[in-house]
Amino acid sequence: MNEPVRIPRTLPRFSATFDPQTLSEIRRAAATGIYDIRGGGTKRRVPNFDDLLFLGASMSRYPLEGYREKCATSVVLGARFAKKPIELKIPITIAGMSFGSLSAQAKEALGRGASAAGTSTTTGDGGMTQEERGHSTILVYQYLPSRYGMNPDDLRRADAIEVVVGQGAKPGGGGMLLGQKITKRVAEMRTLPEGIDQRSSCRHPDWTGPDDLEIKIEELRELTDWEKPIYVKVGASRPYYDTALAVKAGADVIVLDGMQGGTAATQEVFIEHVGIPLLAAIRPAVQALQDLGMHRKVQLIVSGGIRSGADVAKALALGADVASIGTAALVALGDNDPHHELEYQALGTTAGAYDDWHEGRDPAGITTQDPELAKRLDPVAAGHRLANYLAVLTLETQTIARACGKSHVHNLEPEDLVSLTVEAAAMAGVPLAGTSWIPGAGGY
Amino acid sequence: MTTQFSEKAVDLALSSVRELNQALHDVKKGSNVTRWQVLNPRGLHAVAVGVDADVVIEIEGDVGYYCAGMNKRATVIINGNAGIGLGENMMSGLIYVKGDASEAVGATAHGGVIVIEGNATGRCGISMKGVDIIVKGSIGSMSAFMAQAGTLAVFGDAGDSLGDSIYEAKLYVRGSVKSLGSDCIEKPMEDFHRAELFAKFKAVGVAGEVDVGEFKRYGSARNLYHFHVDNAGAY
Repeated sequence: MNEPVRIPRTLPRFSATFDPQTLSEIRRAAATGIYDIRGGGTKRRVPNFDDLLFLGASMSRYPLEGYREKCATSVVLGARFAKKPIELKIPITIAGMSFGSLSAQAKEALGRGASAAGTSTTTGDGGMTQEERGHSTILVYQYLPSRYGMNPDDLRRADAIEVVVGQGAKPGGGGMLLGQKITKRVAEMRTLPEGIDQRSSCRHPDWTGPDDLEIKIEELRELTDWEKPIYVKVGASRPYYDTALAVKAGADVIVLDGMQGGTAATQEVFIEHVGIPLLAAIRPAVQALQDLGMHRKVQLIVSGGIRSGADVAKALALGADVASIGTAALVALGDNDPHHELEYQALGTTAGAYDDWHEGRDPAGITTQDPELAKRLDPVAAGHRLANYLAVLTLETQTIARACGKSHVHNLEPEDLVSLTVEAAAMAGVPLAGTSWIPGAGGY
Repeated sequence: MTTQFSEKAVDLALSSVRELNQALHDVKKGSNVTRWQVLNPRGLHAVAVGVDADVVIEIEGDVGYYCAGMNKRATVIINGNAGIGLGENMMSGLIYVKGDASEAVGATAHGGVIVIEGNATGRCGISMKGVDIIVKGSIGSMSAFMAQAGTLAVFGDAGDSLGDSIYEAKLYVRGSVKSLGSDCIEKPMEDFHRAELFAKFKAVGVAGEVDVGEFKRYGSARNLYHFHVDNAGAY
């Protein structure tokens, strides 16, 4: 009797279009009837700084001694119009994150870490707390469409004012803070009923467009007797025109946030499908500044996915003055730490993937208003970790700058860079490695 | 000894807005200059912003954007019309406009009182957070959008989408309302509300000009306070 023929079977194959993640989202949507909300920035891979390399010194470029020769890192912001510009010791700052989205302990830790490193931290959509003012040597006060907690005393207590037009995670969208985080204190600061799902405006209530913004900036300068540097923050979408219009409106500093930049809570579809990567946004913004004769006169702060000194150095080489970190700063504090793995699993996720920040159940005590969870974060120790991390970012940036022969990190330039991919070469305006080809240079 | 109070005049045809505002910011506690007169404002922007003093500022003419923005304690009288963002984010004090006002009167204002003798256009009281706004004429569309707290009282009519996405602000309109915005509904007008409204009118000297019994009350249905699929149509 013959043995039955065993027919080999192909392995189960998932669709690249309908992959398991997509299928799970369809099922979730079908079950709930409402869009998915989460925190953080884009999670898909987009062209980024990993696609760029520094060339370093060679026969025609002389490096600086790594442990001997000076490589300066300080930057002055706001000298265009402000009577009191601010000086950061390092070209890295902390992006705007609100009390409300973050615990008071986390805000205090950010202030402690940034101050130890000689840099600034930034408020968010919810007003200024005493904790962050008290622990931040240099504090930037965000002026957002909602104006929650806005008042002239805090404007005058700030070291700079950041007019927020948009953010990288959601250009064109307003903020959200769901009821779990609208505690009594948060509600009082925002003049809202306790426990509601808060929706912030996406447009400012009393100005529309760049001509009005010019008048708004004039008002803010009058309010503060022309002392404070005024930043304008935009989400990366049309960086050339947004930068040019912000300069025209009278900004001292432009803050440009790429789509990798995080948010406390927004629709997933917004985070993943609106806005452009930071890599694609810097050169057009710098070009606008150069066309107006304002490069290095109006400073450019960039954010969205900055993780290492290499990222900082690449951002500066493309023409930025400062790199700003948000998500990475939270990780330095302790966000998504594997130490809490069992608790992350209980929330249906795993360390490194936790992004339900809006639910306020963060085991690390950072993106929460639960007092029991929040007190898990020691603001002194967490602030120390952030200061360490900022020191490493700075040392790494200097290491690369010295290797390229630069005595100041701002002397890094596009000529120091090449790209590994055609896409990144086109976006960053640097040659594909091993060639002199810059896609798009001279026109398509 | 009797304190001698004095008045100071600033002519904006001769001085800059910067000079005016700096002088107003420099008013010291206990200063005997308690009354300021501003001449020739000619639609200039940011006139008398950021004042934090117990003074009366009388402006003789029309002002541009953001007049008396973020005002604290001061009484600002405008003998003319006001541009966009009058009294934006005001904290306390009184702003009294003898003419009409443009968009976004009292936007995000946390406290104090704003009185408009004429009409106000769109977005009157947008995102208001505690201010009382009294308009003796009519208001335009999208007024009290996302209004969080405070009172908006209108002697005349209201335009489209009054109180869209309103939180806990109280709206009183004597005339017609062209349409209500999402989650804004008419609510019963009880004696308590009439008494409260009368008291607010009395505080600024306009009680008796209208019968508070003729006002209707509007506020939040509170259906949009939590994200829910059943509310998707409201957006």
